[in-house]
Amino acid sequence: MSLKLGVPSKGRLMEKTFDWFAKRGVTLSRTGSDREYAGRVDGIGGVELVLLSAGEVPRELAVGNIHLGVTGTDLVHEKLARWEQQVEEIAPLGFGHADLILAVPQFWIDVETLDDLDSVAAEFRSKYGHRLRIATKYHRLVREFLTDTGVADYQLVDSQGATEGTVKNETAEMIADITSTGETLRANHLKILSNGLILKSQATIWRSRVASYTAEEKDTLKQFIQMLSV
Amino acid sequence: MANRSDILSRAQRFRTSFEAAGAVLVEPPILQPSDALLDLYGEDIRARAYVTSDALRGEQMLRPDFTVPVVQMHMREGAEPARYTYAGEVFRRQEQDTERANEYVQVGYEVFDRVNPAASDAEVFALITLQLRDLPLRAICGDIGILKAAVQGLKTTDLRKAALMRHIWRPRRFKCLLDQFSGRIDVHPSRQALLSTEGCVTGTAPEIGKRSSVDIDARVEQLRADAQAPAIDEHEVAALEALLNVRETIPFAIEQLRDVAVDLPAILPALEQLDARANAMRARGIDVETLEFEASYGRTSMEYYDGFVFGFYARGRPDLPAIALGGRYDALTRQLGQGSEIPAVGGVLRPDLILQLEEETV
Repeated sequence: MSLKLGVPSKGRLMEKTFDWFAKRGVTLSRTGSDREYAGRVDGIGGVELVLLSAGEVPRELAVGNIHLGVTGTDLVHEKLARWEQQVEEIAPLGFGHADLILAVPQFWIDVETLDDLDSVAAEFRSKYGHRLRIATKYHRLVREFLTDTGVADYQLVDSQGATEGTVKNETAEMIADITSTGETLRANHLKILSNGLILKSQATIWRSRVASYTAEEKDTLKQFIQMLSV
Repeated sequence: MANRSDILSRAQRFRTSFEAAGAVLVEPPILQPSDALLDLYGEDIRARAYVTSDALRGEQMLRPDFTVPVVQMHMREGAEPARYTYAGEVFRRQEQDTERANEYVQVGYEVFDRVNPAASDAEVFALITLQLRDLPLRAICGDIGILKAAVQGLKTTDLRKAALMRHIWRPRRFKCLLDQFSGRIDVHPSRQALLSTEGCVTGTAPEIGKRSSVDIDARVEQLRADAQAPAIDEHEVAALEALLNVRETIPFAIEQLRDVAVDLPAILPALEQLDARANAMRARGIDVETLEFEASYGRTSMEYYDGFVFGFYARGRPDLPAIALGGRYDALTRQLGQGSEIPAVGGVLRPDLILQLEEETV
C-alpha cells in the first residue's frame, strides 16, 4: 500500500502546492485529461496523489482515507471538532494567507469593537424584533468566537458564496468571512472590526492521526517528511 | 455499567415519588420547534442541541431539556397552582468532550405556584435531596436574584444597568462592562474619537443594510449622553465583587452578604428571600448549617435561572456533570407566557449517573 497525499484539485491553491513540493524535489502532476482527477508523484516512491476539493480534505483526513493532506487552517478548524486529536499540523506552506474576520458596513461609525457590536446587537433585536444576522459559511468558528468573547443576540445565516453582498441585499446585517487583502470588503462598503479577527489561516500540510499506517507506509512517511525538510 | 432498562426503571421510581408528592405527569414531544429555543438561548443552542428540519414544519430540535416545553404547556393551558413531573431522554450535542453523553434520561419536578416562593424553593430542593440520600454528593446553592438586585441597585444610568443585567450569565463580558463603567479601563480610542465629534456624523459611506442612519445617530447621541454620566463608584464595584466572591455555608454567607448590603442596600429584599428560603429548608429537615452557598453559582450554562439555583455533584468525581440541578425561572415564564407570568421553580435528576455512583460506591 502507498501513502496517500490529498491535494486541492484546481486553481491557484493546486498550482502553488505543486510549486511548493517541486522546490523540495517532489514533482506532483495531474495525468490524463483535464477533467480527470488523477495524478502522479515523482521523486519519491510509495506516495499516491489524491486530487480533491480543498473543502473535502479535512474530512478525508479525519476518516483516514488519506494520510497527508493540504488545505487551509480555516477549513480544518471549522470542519473538525477537536481537530488536534484528529490531525497533526506538519508545516504551514507560506501561501494561501487569509484571515477570518467580522465586518460591518463602513457607515456604522459607532461600531469599531466587539463591545460595540454586542450593544448594537441588543438594540437591533429590540427595535427590529429579530437577532442581528451575520452571514457566513464558518458557523462553528464564528459561534465559538462570539461565545468566548461574550457577544449575544446575533444569529448566523448561511452564505456559501458572495457573502459580501448579503448586507446590501438585506439578508444579513454584517458578515464573517475570509479576506486576504480586504479589497472585496471595501468594494462592498464593509469594514473589519478592530478586534474581530477570528482566525489567521494559510495553506498547511496535515497528517491524519486516524489513518492506519503499515510499516512500509511509516517508512515512506518518515522519508517524505525528511525530504520536505519540515 | 447500568443498562438502559435499569436506568428507565429507576427513572420510573423517581417519577412515581414525584407523582406521590402531587405532580401531574406530562410528556412533551421529543421534537421541539427551534424558534422558541433560539429566541431564548441565542445561537449558542446550536452548539448544544441537535437540529433537524422538514419542509413543512421547518427547523426542529431534539429537546435539549424539558423545562422549556413544560413552561410553554403550562402557560398555554395550565391551571394554578401546578406541579409537574416527567421522565425521558434529552439530547445534547457534544463537540468538546467525547466522554459526555449526548443522550440521557432526565426526571424532573416543576412547581408553578404564586403563594410562597421560598416554600416552593425548599419543596423542590428537599424532594430532590430525598431521592439522593445515601449518595456521596455535595450540594451547592446560589441565588441569581441577589446578583440581579445588586445590579439594579447600582447608582448609575439605566443603560449601564441594562447592559450589566443582560450579561449576568456571561461573567467575562460582565466583568469587562463593569471595568468600563467604573472607569478602571480607558475608553477605547475609537470611542474617544467618536465622542470628540459633534452633531450628525454619519459620513460619506453609502447606507447599506437594515440598520439605518437613524439608528446610528440615535446611538451616537446615547453614547455622548452616557459619557457624561459619572463612573460607578469604587465602593459599589468593590461591594459587587465581594458579593460575587461569597462562598460559604448558608449561615456565614448570609452574614457576609449583610456586610455587602451596607454598600449595596438594594440587595436587602433578596437577602430576606434567602433567609426565608433557609428557614423553609430547615422546616423540611435540610441541614442548612452545612449547606454550601456560592454567590456566582449558576452564572454559566444555566441561562434561564434567575433566582434560587442548586446542583448536586459527586464527591471526588469532578469529571462527572451535575447529578441533579435546578432553580427558579420566573423570567422564563414571562418570556414564554405571551403576557402572563407565574413564579416557577424546578429540578432534574440523572438516573444514569445515580446508578453509576451506586455501583462504584458498593
